[in-house]
Amino acid sequence: MSMLAQLVVTGALIGSVYSLVAVGLTLVWGLMDILNFAHGDFMMISMYTVFWLYALLKWDPLVSLPIAALVAAMIGLLTYKLVIKRVLNAPGLMALLATFGLSLFIRNFAQFLWSPNYRFVGESILSGKKLMIFDVIVGLPQLVAALGSIGMTFAVALFIKKTKFGKAIQATAQSREIAELMGVDTEKVYMFTFALSGICVGVAGTLLSGIFPVYPESGAMYGLLAFVIVALGGFGNIWGAFYAGIMIGLAETIGGFYLGTQFKYAIAFLIYLLVLQFRPKGLFGW
Amino acid sequence: MKKTPLLVILVILLILPLVVKDVNFQHVMLMTLMFAGLGEAWNIITGFAGQTSFGHAAFFGIGAYTSTVLFYKFNVSPWVGMILGALFAGTVAFLVSYPCFRLKGHYFAVATLAVAEITKQLFVSWDYVEGATGISIPVVSDSFWAMQFHRSKIPYVLIAYGLFVFVLFVTLAIERNKMGYYLKAIRESHEAAEALGINTARYKLLAMVISSMLTALFGTVYAQYILYIDPFMVFGLDVSMKIVLLTVLGGLGNVYGPIIGASILIPLSEYTRTLLGGTGKGIDLMIYGILIVVVVLFEPRGILGLLRKRSRGRLNYGKSTA
Repeated sequence: MSMLAQLVVTGALIGSVYSLVAVGLTLVWGLMDILNFAHGDFMMISMYTVFWLYALLKWDPLVSLPIAALVAAMIGLLTYKLVIKRVLNAPGLMALLATFGLSLFIRNFAQFLWSPNYRFVGESILSGKKLMIFDVIVGLPQLVAALGSIGMTFAVALFIKKTKFGKAIQATAQSREIAELMGVDTEKVYMFTFALSGICVGVAGTLLSGIFPVYPESGAMYGLLAFVIVALGGFGNIWGAFYAGIMIGLAETIGGFYLGTQFKYAIAFLIYLLVLQFRPKGLFGW
Repeated sequence: MKKTPLLVILVILLILPLVVKDVNFQHVMLMTLMFAGLGEAWNIITGFAGQTSFGHAAFFGIGAYTSTVLFYKFNVSPWVGMILGALFAGTVAFLVSYPCFRLKGHYFAVATLAVAEITKQLFVSWDYVEGATGISIPVVSDSFWAMQFHRSKIPYVLIAYGLFVFVLFVTLAIERNKMGYYLKAIRESHEAAEALGINTARYKLLAMVISSMLTALFGTVYAQYILYIDPFMVFGLDVSMKIVLLTVLGGLGNVYGPIIGASILIPLSEYTRTLLGGTGKGIDLMIYGILIVVVVLFEPRGILGLLRKRSRGRLNYGKSTA
């Protein structure tokens, strides 16, 4: 029983970070109907930012968080300005191809600059510290990563729902033309949303850099899982992505424990196929 | 559609590798023919029927593994393995199609991706097929029976060419048959197609099975050519995406699309690799990636979109299926 409790806690913690990655992806997807294949690579760049600030300046990941988030936001912004903007009106899969090329470029650029070696953020304020809650062990880095991700997800959701700019985003998502007629600067909305998507994934990357190794491919699996999570939650649905992320985290941790860790991603993908049989438009889709 | 330009292309594709003696060029031609064929096969389900598949690597891998395992363990000729692989891939496509086709648009696309990833994970941890280590195909002396030719690449090129022509023929037959019209009707509007009495489930399934079987054929040729396979090579997302990439780049839903797309993308990929791949620093893939972006930015409607102006209806794909 305590084993199951441990698995549930571990799964929920990692799942909340998945959620934040997926929230970043679903923002763009919901607004522009664009699948960003480079999303996971934005995360990898933010992880490297944290690593280099740690290695060169001895900064703690929590201190470098704003910088890493900013770097990811800038990359998001540049991606929009240089690539996405020009393919927004292209037929279906063209934008996807552009982001796929971009992903290849970023990943191999990182490999070119920093080699494929695994790197670790060795010491931080949090590393090695643990909490015991009843008989469940909770690593402090994991706990902070989860709480930070949940906090960020809430902030994004509130922002989209409550603020004037958030409402402009919603309006643009529904119809670009009508939003423009209502005086919304849709160009600004697109730019901002891409930056916000970058911030989400940048924060997630920072929080994970104390837990997982940093290497050029380190964002790849998260990017792929984020696709599944976004679809599982229902496209463009922030809360859908949130719950779906936790669900995938739980499924891969619990399933991985009982069936073997080599299957943990296969289980995550299987969950998607199973759930979509009952909810063909995702958990929260309609 | 006029037949002449297609025949001219086919003749050029056949003569080029035979005339040019450069081995590296023959290799590029072989890969181009193979991926053009894969693109044609993918076009049936995605270009014609409008069901985006991001998981065709699953069928490619099944084709490669079926013939390889049969040859490696039971000494069965890869030619037989190729046909069995196609049948096996068709069966898998049949089984996964039912749950996947309940989903539409992006949900379907992600489902196919999930299927390919699950298949990869299973092969990675399946000891009987050597798991992540992969299988080195036992080398025998040149023989047609074993589909191994070490003295020259020409036999491989001819096999790839033959398969490509076969796939092209099937694609054209489907396009001109009522099935082609049915599939295009499904692409344009699922509901309208059903209202007109088209059995959409049946035709989508048929398209998927045919497409997967054709894809598997190339898996065998690839395995026999490289003489080594592992799950990451043949089931990887890269393979699925390369097929998507070149077809969309050339022109989705058009028979010429994959030929044009493959003729641009594959030489690009192969030559950057041979010129710059030796450094081990990923410069080749970096340049390949940036070239993809550049090509897309310059011609966002696909190369064919540049060549001819058609009504938007033909290219307006993807948005309506959601």
